[in-house]
Amino acid sequence: MDLQTFLQQFVNALSLGSLYALIAIGYTMVYGILRLINFAHGDIFMVGGYLAFYGVTTFLMPWWLAVVVAIALTTIFGVGLERVAYRPLRDSPRISIMISAIGASFLLENLAIVLFDARPKAFHVPDFFAANFILSGVHIASVSLIIPVVTAVILAVLLWMVHSTRVGMAMRAVSTDIDAARLMAIDVDRIVSITFAIGSALAAVGGIMYALKYPRLEPLMGIMPGLKCFIAAVIGGIGSIGGAVLGGLLLGIIELMTVAFLPELTGYKDAFAFVLLIVVLLVKPTGLLGKNQGEKV
Amino acid sequence: MDALLRTVDVNKYFGGLAAVSAFNIDVQAGEIVGLIGPNGAGKTTSFNLITGVYMPTSGRIQFEGKDIAGMKPHAITRLGMARTFQNIRLFKEMSVLDNILVAEHMRMGTNLFEATLRLPSYMKKERRVHERARALLDEVGLSAHEQASATSLPYGKQRRLEIARALATEPKLLFLDEPAAGMNPQESVELMDFILKIRDQFKLTIVLIEHHMQVVMGVCKRMYVLDYGVTIAQGTPEEIQKNPAVIEAYLGVG
Amino acid sequence: MNPGLINKKPSMSRNQILTFAAACAGLALLFVFDSTLDSFTLQIFKLCAINIILALSLNLINGFTGLFSLGHAGFMAVGAYTCAILTMSPEQKEVNYVLQPIVPWLAHIQLPFLPGLLIGGLFAGFIGWLLGVISLRLRDDYLAIATLGFSEIIRVLLTNAQTVTNGALGLKGLPRFTTMWWAWGSAIVITVFLVFLIKSSYGRAFKSIRDNEIAAESMGVDVFGMKVLSFTISSFLAGIAGGLLAHYLTTIDPKQFIFLKTFDILLIVVLGGVGSITGSVIAAIAVTISMEALRFLDGPLDLGFVATSGIPGLRMVFFSALLMVVVIYRQQGLMGKAEFSWDALARIGLLPRRGPKPGKGGL
Repeated sequence: MDLQTFLQQFVNALSLGSLYALIAIGYTMVYGILRLINFAHGDIFMVGGYLAFYGVTTFLMPWWLAVVVAIALTTIFGVGLERVAYRPLRDSPRISIMISAIGASFLLENLAIVLFDARPKAFHVPDFFAANFILSGVHIASVSLIIPVVTAVILAVLLWMVHSTRVGMAMRAVSTDIDAARLMAIDVDRIVSITFAIGSALAAVGGIMYALKYPRLEPLMGIMPGLKCFIAAVIGGIGSIGGAVLGGLLLGIIELMTVAFLPELTGYKDAFAFVLLIVVLLVKPTGLLGKNQGEKV
Repeated sequence: MDALLRTVDVNKYFGGLAAVSAFNIDVQAGEIVGLIGPNGAGKTTSFNLITGVYMPTSGRIQFEGKDIAGMKPHAITRLGMARTFQNIRLFKEMSVLDNILVAEHMRMGTNLFEATLRLPSYMKKERRVHERARALLDEVGLSAHEQASATSLPYGKQRRLEIARALATEPKLLFLDEPAAGMNPQESVELMDFILKIRDQFKLTIVLIEHHMQVVMGVCKRMYVLDYGVTIAQGTPEEIQKNPAVIEAYLGVG
Repeated sequence: MNPGLINKKPSMSRNQILTFAAACAGLALLFVFDSTLDSFTLQIFKLCAINIILALSLNLINGFTGLFSLGHAGFMAVGAYTCAILTMSPEQKEVNYVLQPIVPWLAHIQLPFLPGLLIGGLFAGFIGWLLGVISLRLRDDYLAIATLGFSEIIRVLLTNAQTVTNGALGLKGLPRFTTMWWAWGSAIVITVFLVFLIKSSYGRAFKSIRDNEIAAESMGVDVFGMKVLSFTISSFLAGIAGGLLAHYLTTIDPKQFIFLKTFDILLIVVLGGVGSITGSVIAAIAVTISMEALRFLDGPLDLGFVATSGIPGLRMVFFSALLMVVVIYRQQGLMGKAEFSWDALARIGLLPRRGPKPGKGGL
């Protein structure tokens, strides 16, 4: 493989990895606060993509407005989902809330099939994102550059928020010990809602960018990216925002680079993430940047 | 005389924190030994180390002269050690009788084949363990509740059930982690009698963590005092009561 | 299904008579169904039996051992493919494997159904054992996601092993071996097996792990070994169900075994009651039948005030909403952890009370 191909693949891998990272942050934040795998996260991502699509096609909004509206609606939707499906179960066994999350995911997928139609829809990519340019022989779609930049900006804002604001401090407190946080007069419900709002907004951004990169919408489009991004969060160390980004980038790079170097493995591409997950869980169950949390006896 | 249980320089670190350091105890057969100390002194951690829940960072643990450090808890239980837990850990969806029967599983000597086909050989074993479990429940006064769910019992009886369940593994050495926690003085006295009774009846050696000084002083002939993971004193109750280091640890005189 | 086999407590003579009567009635019913039902209804009836096996096997691991596993679709796939490949005729194989021929050592094997089914189950059990040994040190959600991962890996392998599984093309024209008697015979044998297993010392050990792992370990239960055992048995049973399903559908391909299939089974288990054999059996039958009965939801609807021209997927919306409602408002499902017994029937007044009072005695 020559340097040019390598760079080409690397640019692709970087943008895919950044996308994974963005979605993984949502998983990791929710998990950090509630110890819940939000199985519906991938479906929220799908909802974000569809809302942007309908904004442009049905409501004839300019694309930037459609994006803003889609993100806002998805955020409200995510917060509502937590209210309805997770909050009533907060004190139930963890398995119940996990089943509820699976049920929510199942419901959203089937609702999407009913409401949006099972047939794939073509997502209209504005010229601004579709532009292609060539940099020393490497073809770069502008969306491939925009994704990492957006991810980096969001990451910076989030890290600032979590570490330097009152809300962030409350989030960290709830994540460390939800009962103690409650005793410290932290409004846990509000913090959980904020976390879901951020997570869902990021999922919407991820969904829209995914649709810009792969301009095809399907009701089940969230499943695989959803699972992979959860895996990315686990690999990085669940609960850690930096870990989610690291895991996402790593997963994107491994996925695309392996296929680039060993094309005969293309058919196994969707299994890489799972193999990686299992290896990480066995070798370092807390992930690359995670902290240990054993059960107290 | 050879000790039933001996630990030699056992250390346990969590991260960089020493939960227990240079833990050395000897327990002779037939003794009731107390383990006391303020909260967070490492008492429960030392139980967890001996019974295999945690793996020591370093040091040796010998039971009847055999090294057991690093063995799994169920294997250690098989050798003849059993325990109760500070925060009662019963099998909450199971009946009182089934709670005891779980502890019988390891000595039942059955296999999947005969158990699922309900062969006569298995049914015989099943009857035998039921008899034993019922006898044990009778012994601790829980016969009347045999079919009740374990967590429906009042608190004191749950403690008793937990002890009975440990006894069902036929231990030589029994560890009791704060058996009197949450009991009123009357119940504590009953508990003391109960501990002495089972010690004699089942020929047990007992190690006991307890905050109720009345209970510890009442049943233990010898005790160890832990503070911040370090053994700061050992001796008879009288010696411990006069030991300045112990007084300081408890009263926090600095 | 014959509920009499799940009887529990004393007054043995009365219960034995009732159980025997129920068993005879059940058999007679099966016979009547087999000879009178039209083939479409009979197909649904057979599917009930297969879903009973699937629900029970998932309940063994999730409900009785307390391990949240989401890998069932993978084990089904292993059983289905193994059984299908072993029982297909050499000619049929030639017809199927058009892209690349099947590997020579499998090309000429053709076994009868029973050995094929058992080998399929055993192979699924072996894979379950292997994956269990690897992953059962993980807990809760980590285990869930790891098992889900395994099932997806299995599916990707099946899609790519062209010379063994025929890849994405799948296998077509399998013999229709799964008759009513095969389906229900297997379901009954497996239900009885599980009832006996759960009531045995092993069952108690499984439940103790579910209720408190640390205490179970301290009571001498080899927790890891028991988890692996439960996981292996569960995978074996899923493999058997997979084999039955393959020869029921007569066409299989890797896409059928995506993890959404596991969710379907989970739905049954949750509705019936996590940790109840009776619940799983009832829910398997109820869900299978209503999945068919509610098929009209996907077609054109006319509710008088509103008419639609057919909304495919509406049926699944109903089931997924049902799952959520049950989890949120009635977590114990239909049965909770309770089981059917004649004495329970007597207690709620559906049978005359007789014999000694329940509470003492009996195994």
